[in-house]
Amino acid sequence: MSYLAVTDLSISFGGIRAVDDVSFEVEEGEVFAIIGPNGAGKTTLFNLVSGIYSPDAGSVRFAGRDITSLPAHRIAPLGLARTFQNIELFEHATVLQNLLIGRHVHRRSTAPSHLLFLPAVRREELEHRRRVEDVIDLLELAHYREQRIANLPYGVRKVVEVGRALCLEPKLLLLDEPTSGLNPEESEDMGFWIEDINRDLGVTVVMVAHDMGLVSRVAGRVLALNEGRVIAEGSPADVQKNPAVVDAYLGAD
Amino acid sequence: MRFLFKTHYNQDIDHLKHGGDRFWYGLLLVLAAAAPAALGTFYLGELNLVMIYAIAGVGLMLLVGYTGQVSLGHAAFLAIGAYTHSLLLGAGLPFLLSIVAAVLVSALVGAGVGWIALRMTGIYLAIATLAFAMLTEQTISRAEWLTGGFRGLAVPRASLFGMPLTQGWQHYYLTLTLLVVTLFAALNILRSSTGRAMVAIRDSEISAESVGINLAVYKTFAFALSAGITGLAGALFAHRLGYLSPDAFTFLISLQLLLMVVVGGVGSMRGVIYGALFIGFLPQLLAIARDTLPPRIAQAPGLEPGIFGLILVLVILFEPQGIFGRWLKIKSYFQLFPLYRRATHRRQKTYLRTERLR
Ligand SMILES: Nc1ncnc2c1ncn2[C@@H]1O[C@H](COP(=O)(O)OP(=O)(O)O)[C@@H](O)[C@H]1O
Ligand SMILES: [Mg+2]
Repeated sequence: MSYLAVTDLSISFGGIRAVDDVSFEVEEGEVFAIIGPNGAGKTTLFNLVSGIYSPDAGSVRFAGRDITSLPAHRIAPLGLARTFQNIELFEHATVLQNLLIGRHVHRRSTAPSHLLFLPAVRREELEHRRRVEDVIDLLELAHYREQRIANLPYGVRKVVEVGRALCLEPKLLLLDEPTSGLNPEESEDMGFWIEDINRDLGVTVVMVAHDMGLVSRVAGRVLALNEGRVIAEGSPADVQKNPAVVDAYLGAD
Repeated sequence: MRFLFKTHYNQDIDHLKHGGDRFWYGLLLVLAAAAPAALGTFYLGELNLVMIYAIAGVGLMLLVGYTGQVSLGHAAFLAIGAYTHSLLLGAGLPFLLSIVAAVLVSALVGAGVGWIALRMTGIYLAIATLAFAMLTEQTISRAEWLTGGFRGLAVPRASLFGMPLTQGWQHYYLTLTLLVVTLFAALNILRSSTGRAMVAIRDSEISAESVGINLAVYKTFAFALSAGITGLAGALFAHRLGYLSPDAFTFLISLQLLLMVVVGGVGSMRGVIYGALFIGFLPQLLAIARDTLPPRIAQAPGLEPGIFGLILVLVILFEPQGIFGRWLKIKSYFQLFPLYRRATHRRQKTYLRTERLR
């Protein structure tokens, strides 16, 4: 049984089949890329897997569990974290607070003890803080720790979002276009971090990307989508040469 | 400029972050405690009212400023707290127990409203809470067997551990104590995972869900907490009024409470205090203004809600961070002098979010 198994997944929006009978499997420890022209259904696929949408048909299994009908907030604690193509951070909070919010699934104390801020709550807060500082060190965010998201440049926000996802200590990380809108240097850093996250932290990564350079560098296997359907699957080199993929990208431009 | 050198994470967790904080808040507390010695009965009473508003403001701020859920119906929770407390006190329950019961009943009703309004946001939520407040007002005026309807309900005298509270200063200290306790509880919530979940919901529901926050649970909790605290203010308000009737809890009160939160500065507990001072002394200002205005305008019905509404709109347009935000700007002007530039606090453009789900 694969780590993440998506089977015959479909969803329609007002007659448009945004995701149409998509199946694929991801093994534990892999970096798996999903490519396809705009509107291919990549983001929608992520929304289905992470529980934001529930599918019209098909199933999603993660770490041996059927998560098809679970809402997002029940999927996250199982060890699945994600980022968003257009960045969904907590705008009016600081970087530190954003990362601490990422620790939500690891909370142990309850609201009544928070009202009193019992010693156990303080101990827990210190523990969260230490974990968050590890992520801050890894992604070199120390300089921005106290800044509000609203005051940060785009490139930094992208990194903070990855950081917040890491604070969940996920087993599977879904990255939706982690390098879109970044300059070449920032993209390069992001590539290294994805490798680190996969290799050093042992996190399985599924990422949507357009940048074939990045995909060939970090991903072992690639799935190509077009108009909601799978058109190719295989190694980066093979998929890039696949005539259907070439057609899809040319046709889209 | 001040540089803070932190040596332990505890410094980020503590309420008072450095010696300066401890000094100023200590001084404020001393002044507040000494006020009865310096102020006459009238101003002490007004200050007591301001602190009652502030308690309600803490409740509303948690909901509006930190969870991002608007309410135009908080007068209802004030009413529920006031009536519950008065009725139970009248039935012979000890004062403190009766206050606790008022908080719990308000919180329970708040949870119900929050649960029903789960799918609503923005203007729809505002209308729904407004409707709830009108329903509450109606219920109170119809349920004469319980509340006395428009004939009113006399509020039994307060007494603490067998000692009757008859003097203004006694009520003042009671309110001050409960305000400090409420502020502590609210700030404690805000520095823990519950408060962060509320902030997360305010800023991005889809992200909040994706990091494992159960929107239904936390929104309902925020409503309950907010309503409970407002109910506490209601119980104290009852003693201030002495006589309860439904027209003490009209839409105007709800608007005033919202005004307090917005004028003070959304997303700041200090803003609540500024806002409470503002709405506490606004009626006096309006009374003075009335004297100088031509009678046709001064006596016009709806002048007060009109002015409240106008201030609300002006603040939202020109100083969305309220008095607290203005204060921060003045402070940084002096800290950075002479380097302050107009653009220092300009709000950055929010990046386009084409794929927002709601
Ligand atoms: N919530 C929604 N409502 C209606 N249509 C949607 C929604 N989400 C996605 N779609 C449609 O689904 C298709 C796939 O979109 P998307 O998954 O964002 O593509 P990609 O991420 O591959 O660029 C598009 O035609 C888009 O308009
Ligand atoms: Mg997309």
